[in-house]
Amino acid sequence: MQAIVNISLKEGVLDPQGQAISHSLNDLGFNEVGDVQVGKQILLEIDETDPARLRQRVARMCETLLSNTVIEDYSIDIPDEQ
Amino acid sequence: MTLSALRVAIIVFPGSNCDRDMMLAIEQLTSRRPALVWHKEASLDAADLVIIPGGFSFGDYLRCGALAGRSPIMNAVLDHAARGGAVMGICNGFQILTETGMVPGVLIRNAGLKFSCRNVGLQLCETLASPFTAGLDFGENLTIPIAHNEGNYFADADELDRIEGNGQVVFRYATSDAVGPVNPNGASRDIAGVLSSNGRILGMMPHPERAMYKLHGGTDGAKFLLKSLEALVS
Repeated sequence: MQAIVNISLKEGVLDPQGQAISHSLNDLGFNEVGDVQVGKQILLEIDETDPARLRQRVARMCETLLSNTVIEDYSIDIPDEQ
Repeated sequence: MTLSALRVAIIVFPGSNCDRDMMLAIEQLTSRRPALVWHKEASLDAADLVIIPGGFSFGDYLRCGALAGRSPIMNAVLDHAARGGAVMGICNGFQILTETGMVPGVLIRNAGLKFSCRNVGLQLCETLASPFTAGLDFGENLTIPIAHNEGNYFADADELDRIEGNGQVVFRYATSDAVGPVNPNGASRDIAGVLSSNGRILGMMPHPERAMYKLHGGTDGAKFLLKSLEALVS
């Protein structure tokens, strides 16, 4: 099964990349653009058929390696869960 | 114990690039060559000081220091630290220490989005008892170079208050004759280096091994390292 992990910076953590992208978009005439936040998406192919177990394992992966919970939040999406 | 009896181990990851500079710096000061230990090793010979050097371990993939922090050797480094062993992480080594939770906080992208490579002026803060500050005077200024893209120290306000209150902040970027702003990367409260809560683990962004000789542009790095090594043998 596939799991999709989305990682974003916690609120209040400086995102200089996002700021630079916002400025650049404004310069290109996209004046409607305000805050921009850059995150990460990690796609995992995992040998597991039970969505609940998959979610639990991926959460542990996020806690131990994939995200740094001091500055990042993560969410897990399992497309085949429905 | 004399300086030449001091056993120093330097951990080497794929992408470490200050390991040999640090080895030569320590050898210069102690007359004993440190052991270079490859990250795949699962154990560590008895050491009085473990150094995690600068570089770009694992290409900075995922987050700086994230993959190195989970390398096999780090279990042995964690065991060494749990026994009260001394650990020093420089630059990428500091990032690795934060990723393992051995020192508080995290290092994020420089606020100006630029790699910053120059001398900075550091002020030594008053800390809890630590071999890394034992031989220096609190308030003393040192000039040591930095070279990093992710040196912007971050922790939330409560955590910053807590580590300041505990005396865990070692270095702050301070006034100097260096070119550019005093704080080169946007670090919270100008923090350039921190200690663990027991004072035995140091993480710092500046590179003392790059300020060893007059030809380097200064010798404050040598002074800082020598005082730390002397404190570890006394």
